Amino acid sequence: MTAPLLAIEDVAVELPTPRGNLRAVDHVDLSLQAGRTLGIVGESGCGKTMLSRAVLQLLPKKAKLTGRVMFDGEDLVRLEPESLRRLRGRDLAVVFQDPMTSLNPVLTIGTQLMETIQEHLELDAPAAKARSIELLAAVGIPAPEQRLAQYPHQCSGGMRQRIAIAIALSCEPKLLIADEPTTALDVTIQAQILDLLAREQRRRHMAMIIITHDLGVVAGRADEVAVMYAGRVVERAPTQALFKRMHMPYTEALLAAIPKLDTAPHTPLPAISGRPPDPTRPLKGCSFAPRCSYAGGRCQEAKPVLTSAEVSGHLYACFHPIRMTEGIEA
Amino acid sequence: MMQLAARPAPLLNVDNLVVEYGLGNKIVHAVSGVSLQVARGETLGLVGESGCGKSTLGRAVLQLRRAKSGRVMFDGEDLTAMEGEALRRMRRRVQLIFQDPIASLNPRRRIGDIVAEPLIIAGIKDAAERKRRVHEVLSAVGLDPDLVATRLPHEFSGGQCQRICIARSLVLNPEFIVCDEPVSALDVSIRAQILNLLEEMKARFGLTLLFIAHDLAVVKAVSDRVAVMYLGRLCEVAPSEQLFARPAHPYTALLLQAIPVPDPDVRPAESVAAGEPPSPIAPPSGCRFRTRCPRADQRCSAEIPELRQVAPGQFAACHHPLA
Repeated sequence: MTAPLLAIEDVAVELPTPRGNLRAVDHVDLSLQAGRTLGIVGESGCGKTMLSRAVLQLLPKKAKLTGRVMFDGEDLVRLEPESLRRLRGRDLAVVFQDPMTSLNPVLTIGTQLMETIQEHLELDAPAAKARSIELLAAVGIPAPEQRLAQYPHQCSGGMRQRIAIAIALSCEPKLLIADEPTTALDVTIQAQILDLLAREQRRRHMAMIIITHDLGVVAGRADEVAVMYAGRVVERAPTQALFKRMHMPYTEALLAAIPKLDTAPHTPLPAISGRPPDPTRPLKGCSFAPRCSYAGGRCQEAKPVLTSAEVSGHLYACFHPIRMTEGIEA
Repeated sequence: MMQLAARPAPLLNVDNLVVEYGLGNKIVHAVSGVSLQVARGETLGLVGESGCGKSTLGRAVLQLRRAKSGRVMFDGEDLTAMEGEALRRMRRRVQLIFQDPIASLNPRRRIGDIVAEPLIIAGIKDAAERKRRVHEVLSAVGLDPDLVATRLPHEFSGGQCQRICIARSLVLNPEFIVCDEPVSALDVSIRAQILNLLEEMKARFGLTLLFIAHDLAVVKAVSDRVAVMYLGRLCEVAPSEQLFARPAHPYTALLLQAIPVPDPDVRPAESVAAGEPPSPIAPPSGCRFRTRCPRADQRCSAEIPELRQVAPGQFAACHHPLA
């Protein structure tokens, strides 16, 4: 196997708060090959966004980061600010959740696109403009030339997210991190944006991390899925294998709690009782144990580590994994 | 006006409702002639994308936004003609739950006072009676009244705040509740808890619900019938199962197709309609969906399609409904 494009090695992030240290990311290992898509799934506060910020080295100033983030042979954690700045926006691009606030409201769309292009690529103004028009057309914006002179408020939410994607793609990044790219959008627009990301990824042979709370978003679009809970990766597997047989009770509960189109109205949903633990008061045992229907005494005492299942690449962190043998339902 | 699955005297009857906003010298056509009925004990789901007018419709039902024309009949009385004290009295029977549970609680007031406030407004002077009612509804939504009543909203999570909002909406023993996106600000695991709670409360207190949401799967989970709205007009109204199994309006079909399914074997549909909803300031002539509709022809731009029955209980406003 070739060296992965991105290797997150034993990364932990702690944030000081008035209530004590908040462990946002708790020793996570993940890797991603060039051209592949990794979905990171979890609920609010599970650490998925902090993990992506750790990759981008965009953590809050007071945050304490340990571990290594190897990207294309370099450890981003130890990189000089100047080298990092050259990397971000060029090889390493990001699309945020809220397209309303990730664009500058007082600059035209053209200025924002050309700024990134001219910063990282050696193009003169006419060439940068031509490339901007090409990019806007590629992300499905009609009349791209006229759009260049417009401001973000003149565009709809879907349009703004397309523009944010155009900026992210402008320098042909090797890795695109999309942090809840469609959460702020309507369902028909969400489908369009996810299609657009998938198409551009294939065309550019770019690696992508999609961060989302919606298992539905990653199911058809990620090669591999990592499920996070309380700062840790609790299950990780190739997408097909994960949905076919999930071993971690949290993953199962999360999937079961989603209302499905094929269930009859008024069917009670299998809700997960309680809520995630307070991240400033880490539990001794498994973080999911207080909400888990399979939990036993051992789960309160020790933290389960990621263990390999029989499918290669499938890892789970649980003392009482479910569906370990084909045909036996836990 | 045509009758939509009219059973004996609906509790809520919205008749040809028009709501418009002024925006500078332009007019936003938020709701353009919507008629619907909700039977006593029924949950009607109202779905549509942002800007389709579903929240405006919910507010116009409660008279929080006055209609330009049309009527809202509640239990035989015309709310649109009511004012002042009469309307205030009527509001005890109709309540509202909002999307953002944290923003809809006053951060400086204690939970017990927040939940008791509707009782004070309704003129219940007996403090012991108020306390008894607050205790009852807080326990009903799964909170311990003795632990929560003296605390402040910031001490609670989003899901717990939504429970408090639901308790507040129940405290006057209403008959009808408009739920405006009650779970869209919540996490998946909490969303299921709140949806189950709403179903329980509906059964326990004999409620009738208008459930507004953009998520079709969420709407299906709780609704008896579903109304689909697009740019100020209803596209389709049908019993839940029927609407999801056999959508008649191309817009309903598009919405269904766009939902990401948590199953990797279901390939995401690549053919989801292009484009975005047009502006409600200058809606298209004829059928408002025609600019995105694969079936649109000349008739669709010339003639506004009326809601008409396409199958028993199923109504669609389309010149070319799906078979």
